Amino acid sequence: MKVKVLFFAALREQLGNPGEEIELPADVTSVAGLRSHLKSRGGAYEKAFSEKTLVRTAVNQDMVSATARIKPGDEIAFFPPVTGG
Amino acid sequence: MKVSVQEADFDLGQEVKALSQDPKVGAVASFIGVVREVPMTLEHYAGMTEREIGKIVEEARLRWQVMDCTVIHRFGELRPTEQIVLVAVASAHRGDAFAACEFIMDYLKTRAPFWKKEARPEGARWVEARSSDDQAAQRWTIKRAEGKS
Repeated sequence: MKVKVLFFAALREQLGNPGEEIELPADVTSVAGLRSHLKSRGGAYEKAFSEKTLVRTAVNQDMVSATARIKPGDEIAFFPPVTGG
Repeated sequence: MKVSVQEADFDLGQEVKALSQDPKVGAVASFIGVVREVPMTLEHYAGMTEREIGKIVEEARLRWQVMDCTVIHRFGELRPTEQIVLVAVASAHRGDAFAACEFIMDYLKTRAPFWKKEARPEGARWVEARSSDDQAAQRWTIKRAEGKS
């Protein structure tokens, strides 16, 4: 399936990528699955999506946990803990 | 209820006046966050920020008597002494206005997708999230649980 992935703030800079549309393998159906998929790209992705790094996720602009399901056409955003206000 | 995420500055007097038009309003509490010491750039997730702040305001309305409310958060490049954020709450009495204003601000800090990047003399650096901000938001959860028992 095809989904849109977005990266923000420090994560966007580390990856040198604000976001992209990606075609996922059939076995990637959750946020955790997508994270492992991105991590398998290696390099900056492997570091950014390691278990030690705090990365928050939003699916279609709602904060979710790693177990959340994803479906075709979803907008999935990854970002560091927020620091506004 | 007004939620605005914008580059432009805002005027507290004008916003408070807009919240005080209803004769049933007896109190308006407001908070302004200001850039301290270091120039910064604020990045945000357009669309989600407005949505997330809207949800926080709705949560506040379930807990306190909120007659009207304005939240403005700026993004882009901001210099020390510039205003970053405004939360203003109108209610019949001060108790609800103060509490709702503080609640909205605490939740905004931990939930609204904004990120600060400071322009320090030694180089630009992303601000790290603080656990004290999480604790500030958490105490409202405890308060609600106590209230229910």
